[in-house]
Amino acid sequence: MSPETRAMQDDEVTGPAVFWLLDGEALWKRKEGPAGAACASCHGPGSMKGVAARYPRVASGRVVNLEQQVNVCRTERQKVPPWAYESRELLAVTAYVARESRRMPIRIEWNEATAPFLEAGRAAFNRRQGQLNLSCSQCHDDNWGKRLAGSVIPQAHPTGYPIYRLEWEAVGSLERRLRGCLYGIRAETLTYGARELVELELFLMWRANGMKLETPAVRP
Amino acid sequence: MTARITTRRQFLALVPGVLVAGAAAAQLDPNIQALRAAALEAAVRKITGGKPVRAGKVKLQVPPLVDNGNTVPLSVSVDSPMTGADHVTAIHVLTEKNPQPYVVSAYLGPRAGRASITTRARIADTGKVIAIARLSDGSFWSDSVSVVVTLSACLEDGLI
Amino acid sequence: MARVVVNVPARAKRGEVIEIRTLAGHTMETGFRRTQTGELIPRDIITQLVCTYNGVEVFRAELHPAMAANPLITFTTVAAESGTLEFKWTGDNGYAATQSASITVV
Repeated sequence: MSPETRAMQDDEVTGPAVFWLLDGEALWKRKEGPAGAACASCHGPGSMKGVAARYPRVASGRVVNLEQQVNVCRTERQKVPPWAYESRELLAVTAYVARESRRMPIRIEWNEATAPFLEAGRAAFNRRQGQLNLSCSQCHDDNWGKRLAGSVIPQAHPTGYPIYRLEWEAVGSLERRLRGCLYGIRAETLTYGARELVELELFLMWRANGMKLETPAVRP
Repeated sequence: MTARITTRRQFLALVPGVLVAGAAAAQLDPNIQALRAAALEAAVRKITGGKPVRAGKVKLQVPPLVDNGNTVPLSVSVDSPMTGADHVTAIHVLTEKNPQPYVVSAYLGPRAGRASITTRARIADTGKVIAIARLSDGSFWSDSVSVVVTLSACLEDGLI
Repeated sequence: MARVVVNVPARAKRGEVIEIRTLAGHTMETGFRRTQTGELIPRDIITQLVCTYNGVEVFRAELHPAMAANPLITFTTVAAESGTLEFKWTGDNGYAATQSASITVV
């Protein structure tokens, strides 16, 4: 990440992700559904601090990412239809929630409940796949810092999601980025919300434990 | 298309660029390069009305190696007292290799206090970025920076 | 929603040169991109930003497709008097957005 890109990320007033945050704030306060409930009706000011740093989460034997949790709230609490993955609304609200954890350390626990999902995510990270027969770890563990074509290979810690990616000229989710990587190695692009994708997200966040969340980050 | 494609040669002829064997994907076709250079020249001439452009007074700041050509922060400042008698009236930013040469044209006056603008541009390919300032005395000054733009390592072909 | 953000200092000393930052939410479709099937996606960009200070134009910018999405334009003006700065963006397909900011000049 160049100093110029870093400066865009640090610009909290006119950084490129600002509109998603503003939309997210508006949607957070918007009353919806038969009970006229907004997110803000249940979640008071400051209540989202630290939340995104602990997602994905394992509850009732299932692993759930932040996008899915928002939709659980919408369908089960607000009684309204879920937002589509990668829709403007879902990106805006998850960016708004995750921003509340900006500068807080990522904290995913490896315990009895999370272990099976983390093991699955770790296996996926280390598994060679796709027509190029590459595993995530070959680039992001063994060759980070080196260049692939003109780009520097990062360690792939998801500290800034939802992220403003210059390549997209828009904010996007971690799943969008992972699908892009899978496409790049010519592997099956898992569908949004697929269990395997959320397990991989969980593992990647655990792997980044202790690192500070930077949402919304700006990256090439 | 009414003709049937019966040979590989006929099929390949439909795919533009394929017959240019060995050409690197990121290199512009020399004809297109020539057209864009001509467009840049025409744009500069339109701005200056044919008057000479001198290097100096203008400082264009843009990273020499960009993270991503979609969003390149740049700023232009011009050494000028910005008084009623002596000020910058316009700052133009152009590129050498984009499909059309203009990026932005800013119109200022003495009320600006300083001749300085910052923005974010799209730069399609490695080449020059040029800033031209018009002063109140009708003279033109410029600065240019060569910028290297690389493609993303893995292209997503519009996958969302 | 035509979303715009402006950043103007709320207070300034008379004669001080202040920095104004503006950001408009817009995809700035260049008109040079093609769909997967080869059709040209039509141009759709913001073409102009005008800033007036108590009704007098102090800055104008013409934007072209080479401006990045969500265009940021930062410029300066002299804090001449208290009042209102008005910002107006216009663009293709009838795009229009306005924002205003007050400034107290001491």
